[in-house]
Amino acid sequence: MPETSPKTKGAEKEHPMGDPRYKGIDRVLKRQQYQQDALIEVLTAAQEAFGYLTEESMIYIARQLKLPFSWIYGVATFYHFFSLKPQGEHSCIVCLGTACYVGKAADIIASVEEAYKVKAGSTTDDGKLTLIATRCLGCCGLAPVVVLDQVVHGKETPQGAVAKVREVVAGGNGA
Amino acid sequence: MNREELQAMAQAELDQQQKFRCRILVCMSTPCISSGATAVQEALVEALKAGQLEAEVETVATGCLGPCSRGPLITIKAEGKADVIYENVSSDMAKGLVDKHFKAVSVPALDKNILPSDIPFFTKQMQIVLADSGAIDPEKLEPYVARGGYTALAHALREMSPEEVCQEITKSGLRGRGGAGFPSGLKWDMVRKAAGEKKYVVANGDEGDPGAYMDRTLMESDPHRVLEGMAIAGYAVGAEQGYIYVRGEYPLAGKRLEKAIRQAERKGLLGNRILESPFNFRIDIRMGAGAFVCGEETALMQSVMGRRGQPMPRPPYPAHKGLWQSPTLLNNVETFGNIAAIITKGAAWYASFGTETTKGSKIFALAGKVNNTGLIEVPIGITLREIVYDIGGGIPGGKAFKAAQTGGPSGGCIPAQFMDVPIDYESLGKLGSIMGSGGLIVMDETSCIPDVAKFFMEFCTDESCGKCGPCRGGTVQMLRMLEKITDGTADKDTIPRLEELCLMVKEASLCGLGQTCPNPIYSTLRYFRDEYEAHIMDHHCPAGVCTFSKKL
Repeated sequence: MPETSPKTKGAEKEHPMGDPRYKGIDRVLKRQQYQQDALIEVLTAAQEAFGYLTEESMIYIARQLKLPFSWIYGVATFYHFFSLKPQGEHSCIVCLGTACYVGKAADIIASVEEAYKVKAGSTTDDGKLTLIATRCLGCCGLAPVVVLDQVVHGKETPQGAVAKVREVVAGGNGA
Repeated sequence: MNREELQAMAQAELDQQQKFRCRILVCMSTPCISSGATAVQEALVEALKAGQLEAEVETVATGCLGPCSRGPLITIKAEGKADVIYENVSSDMAKGLVDKHFKAVSVPALDKNILPSDIPFFTKQMQIVLADSGAIDPEKLEPYVARGGYTALAHALREMSPEEVCQEITKSGLRGRGGAGFPSGLKWDMVRKAAGEKKYVVANGDEGDPGAYMDRTLMESDPHRVLEGMAIAGYAVGAEQGYIYVRGEYPLAGKRLEKAIRQAERKGLLGNRILESPFNFRIDIRMGAGAFVCGEETALMQSVMGRRGQPMPRPPYPAHKGLWQSPTLLNNVETFGNIAAIITKGAAWYASFGTETTKGSKIFALAGKVNNTGLIEVPIGITLREIVYDIGGGIPGGKAFKAAQTGGPSGGCIPAQFMDVPIDYESLGKLGSIMGSGGLIVMDETSCIPDVAKFFMEFCTDESCGKCGPCRGGTVQMLRMLEKITDGTADKDTIPRLEELCLMVKEASLCGLGQTCPNPIYSTLRYFRDEYEAHIMDHHCPAGVCTFSKKL
């Protein structure tokens, strides 16, 4: 194996797209052996790397998998998981499954919407908080359920949820 | 690994467990983790260390125990004593628990947290699929093997021909647990007989029904059971490749299955030459990306192939032309969860439970307005009354039972007068509902029926994939009518028009989503028409949920 100077080592690390975040996509592409069937896995990796699906990343994936861009776009817009818009710094997911709905989760959404002047499914103007209404997280025993930055909070109330959201947005963990 | 080595592994694990005087099982499923089970386990380990008991007492992170609303839950298994279950455990109770059980110090404050194991919630259940759930560490292979895991696969590979396996499943009377109830043995035989060089086995873990989490719990709590069932299926139908489609909202289930697959491959229980037989079988995980329609079998297969999850017209059925046009066996993960027990204990044993037409047990996710919410596995043929009042412990606040919703957005509501009907596929169908995948939501007098119907229609409007017109447009129009009913702007023609539209959508839609989405409206119009009429005629919501903004 030829010796590499520190400089060329650095050049190796540089991604042709000029953004190191593409490496996460490459890793999954390689693991899936560039199979077109693995598109959903690759898109998931892209969303994890960039926070959302940028147009450039979708074009890149289209080239790598030898699929038309329209195909990528079609899949990306079909599934709820993929977002083509930047997400907020923090996320508040309110479960609207049946048990949570019967447990008045709609009131929680309404109170967070009012407190932050944001509609469910969108991000606040300052990019701090994304409010998402989702279908059943499978924690029906704890209904109604709110997930703040991946931490599940069960048996929530509108006032309690807003207080925890404030804490999370202010930089705490909401616990 | 061969059969003898498998037995040796089981024995080694049992010996290992014997070394501990006592074991503390901490439930580590999603609901318990979100109520703080991780901190409880850490505190217990700390307390044991402080008491220098770590060599005698083992803490085990297990799968779901069942009564999820009471979490975090722990079970203390001491030698020669009955198991003690504690509910609502917090980390500051750890020291007291250790003192009480291992140092014989009396800590009366803990008694209020004891959950008696003879309450109907436990005694009325019959656990076949969930037998190991809450008893073993789902992240390890050995505890599953110690409880007889993978012996069914070994038995099938050595003693049975693929045809005999299919016959055994047929004899057991097992029916698809995804909701439709198609006889599993028949499906397996169809795939076995189908011509094709490559065949596939797919497990449907895309549990999209709001209010249902049976599949998630099974995949999280006992992943090896699902894998073993799939491997037996692969042997029976002649497939070498399997896929588990896991719903995107269940990252923990995906993680644990991934781990389980690696463990099994390393020991030669999956992969090439399984248990030193000529049979090869690999399993890959496909994570969903959030689309309810992917629970429909043809849409699911599109999604496995990385495409838009839109359903295809049937026939051809997946059994003949499925993944990449090859014969594909598609079953729910709960169906696969039954297989190992059927092979080990025999079809006759399995068929001894249940009703005339439906055998075995069914897992339900009991939620809504009921005291004990959680996951239950009951013999088929149990009545709704037993589920709600015995297992569920009745309605909180002494309120009156109004209806039970089964089958999610494809099912219907069962009113109070049918509480004593034994539950199976046929009887629920007669009542206008479906067995469904197992979500069971209890509603009391404070739930408004048209509002609940509107909720399900909102869901279907959102989730309709848009491929066929009746579903894409019909769901929107049905939702508008329901909105009019609940905000008081409907007139007397609304109900007949709604009924007409329901029929059209049901008859003309392409896939199961559209064909069944009018069910919540149908069944509630059948039993609760007076509530709809009260909304329309009197602008009055009997449950007090709807607010009528528009004046009369």
